[in-house]
Amino acid sequence: MAAPTPVIELRDVTKVYGHGEAEVCAMDGVNISIASGEFVAIMGPSGSGKSTAMNMIGCLDSPTSGEYLFNGVQVGKLTQDQHALLRRNYLGFVFQGFNLLARTSALENVELPMIYKGMPAAERRKRAREALAKVGLAGRESHDPSELSGGQQQRAAIARALVGDPQVILADEPTGNLDTKLSIEIMELLKKLNERDHITIVMVTHEEEMAAYAHRVIWMVDGKVESTGTPDEVFKRGKQSA
Amino acid sequence: MIWETVRLAIQAIFRNALRSILTVLGIVIGVAAVIAMVTVGQGSSDQVTADVEKLGTNVLMVLPGAGRMGPGNNSVSAALDLKDVEALIDQLSSVRTAAPYNQTTLNAVYGAEDARTSVAGTDTRFLDVVDWPIVQGRGFLPAEESSGRAVCIIGETVRQDLFGNTDPVGETLRLKNVSCEVIGLLEAKGASSFGTDQDDIVLIPIKAFQRRITGSADVSMIYVAAADNASTDRALVEIETLMRERRRIGDGEEDDFNVRDMKQLASMLTGITDVLTGLLSAVAAVSLLVGGIGIMNIMLVSVTERTREIGIRLAVGATGNQVLLQFLVEAIVLSMIGGVIGILLGLGLAAITSNIMAIPFSPAPSIVAIAFLFSAAVGVIFGYFPARRAARLDPIEALRHQ
Repeated sequence: MAAPTPVIELRDVTKVYGHGEAEVCAMDGVNISIASGEFVAIMGPSGSGKSTAMNMIGCLDSPTSGEYLFNGVQVGKLTQDQHALLRRNYLGFVFQGFNLLARTSALENVELPMIYKGMPAAERRKRAREALAKVGLAGRESHDPSELSGGQQQRAAIARALVGDPQVILADEPTGNLDTKLSIEIMELLKKLNERDHITIVMVTHEEEMAAYAHRVIWMVDGKVESTGTPDEVFKRGKQSA
Repeated sequence: MIWETVRLAIQAIFRNALRSILTVLGIVIGVAAVIAMVTVGQGSSDQVTADVEKLGTNVLMVLPGAGRMGPGNNSVSAALDLKDVEALIDQLSSVRTAAPYNQTTLNAVYGAEDARTSVAGTDTRFLDVVDWPIVQGRGFLPAEESSGRAVCIIGETVRQDLFGNTDPVGETLRLKNVSCEVIGLLEAKGASSFGTDQDDIVLIPIKAFQRRITGSADVSMIYVAAADNASTDRALVEIETLMRERRRIGDGEEDDFNVRDMKQLASMLTGITDVLTGLLSAVAAVSLLVGGIGIMNIMLVSVTERTREIGIRLAVGATGNQVLLQFLVEAIVLSMIGGVIGILLGLGLAAITSNIMAIPFSPAPSIVAIAFLFSAAVGVIFGYFPARRAARLDPIEALRHQ
């Protein structure tokens, strides 16, 4: 029996920014394969290309060369609008800076992706409430982001990411702006979504404690994947070579 | 989806209420100015038409002289006389009646009061031609007309200026050195469309005027009323033919008189108002354009300010077109709100101005519709560029934007 098609597959992806002298190679022949239901942490020092990889997976950026297959479909051959549809229907984003709309209630923030799907208002409201309840923000629907704590804002952002029933949640340094206690809450939430709802999670982080929640760590250096394995394996190897 | 977009746009507009108000101000002023100009212009046009109709659309005037202005018109033409008036009435079926009309300006004196006023020599038929009733006293008697007795009929303004609360009928006023008994008072007419006070007048029998004031038998103008069953055009042609005959003007020679009808006068006057209205509206339209540029400016600022928001929207799956539509609708809604406020404000201004100028308030639905559509078009035109800019933002850059 053939192995199931990975959700995300980067094949020999290279990304070059700038031209001539200023040319920077952010990704250099990267091969990454992520199976459905995995919880993967992409790690590495700054400038290692982990954010570029994340943007690539999120269809926000396109490779200079190489291929990106999402559920076996070549993303590079899709149009701009199809990228938007892919993000809308299959992906959910969680950012370091939360990126909630200011002066907009938590409920309306969570409704946002469904507006673009053209879902009727009543249905939207119902699902947004459910998503907020799932992340433990029931009762705070009408609060503006400024009225929520950092942890609550990130929960609202996670609710927004999961409200569209995504296949994959992409989390870019989701705990970067939070203290340890709140970070652990957020990680527990992501872990629960992964285990209970089988949502594939790809997370960029530079904190080992957070990466430890993942099934697998992909360690990048200078635009290349240096090592991959369980968190324990990767961290042990890193310490030996240091 | 479109309703959703409109709702989002209204939300965004109210979220930045002050800025939105300042943005639409340009459109509001532009639309209000155009609406007010056109409405007041239409009102004064209507006023002119109404004035002329009051005077009678079947009224024509015969004047000596070729009626051409400017250089080359130095011919001295023969005056008209009373026989011309009778000939017009007797010989032309298209003429119902006619009256001579000589006019000058004199001091009228009554007791200690004195006022400069218009004095016209005419006869009873004049009041018939221009349909001007006497509200008190009586008109000229045939005997008074044929003998040229010094009696007069006065207008409302003269009554106020000279007699105040005294009943004028039976009193005597003095014109130059002629003592005149007041026998009647004319109905108040108000200002003409030329702006002159039609009630500032003293009518005396034409013969009295000729003998005691000018000392000549000339008639300077003849008022003609066309017959009810005849068009003024036919009357005009007949009068011209008859007058050429009477004045022995050969074929190929130019008229040394001219006949004008009130319709011509009306169209000339409304023509002037229309040109003025057009010019002022054009100036007002420029401010609409400036208002549109104001909207574009604010929308561009808004796009820059909301770069991060746009990035978020793109990340959660908005297509470029959805973002474009959102910003475009925002600009259109904004300028349409401005348009509606401007229309209301403009109509309000026009109503007040019309009231002050004592002209009819004539709001035209067409100009209101045009102003509304124009403001929507301003939104589309000036909103498109900023919206396209928003739609083309690179999501990664946009998300990174602080």
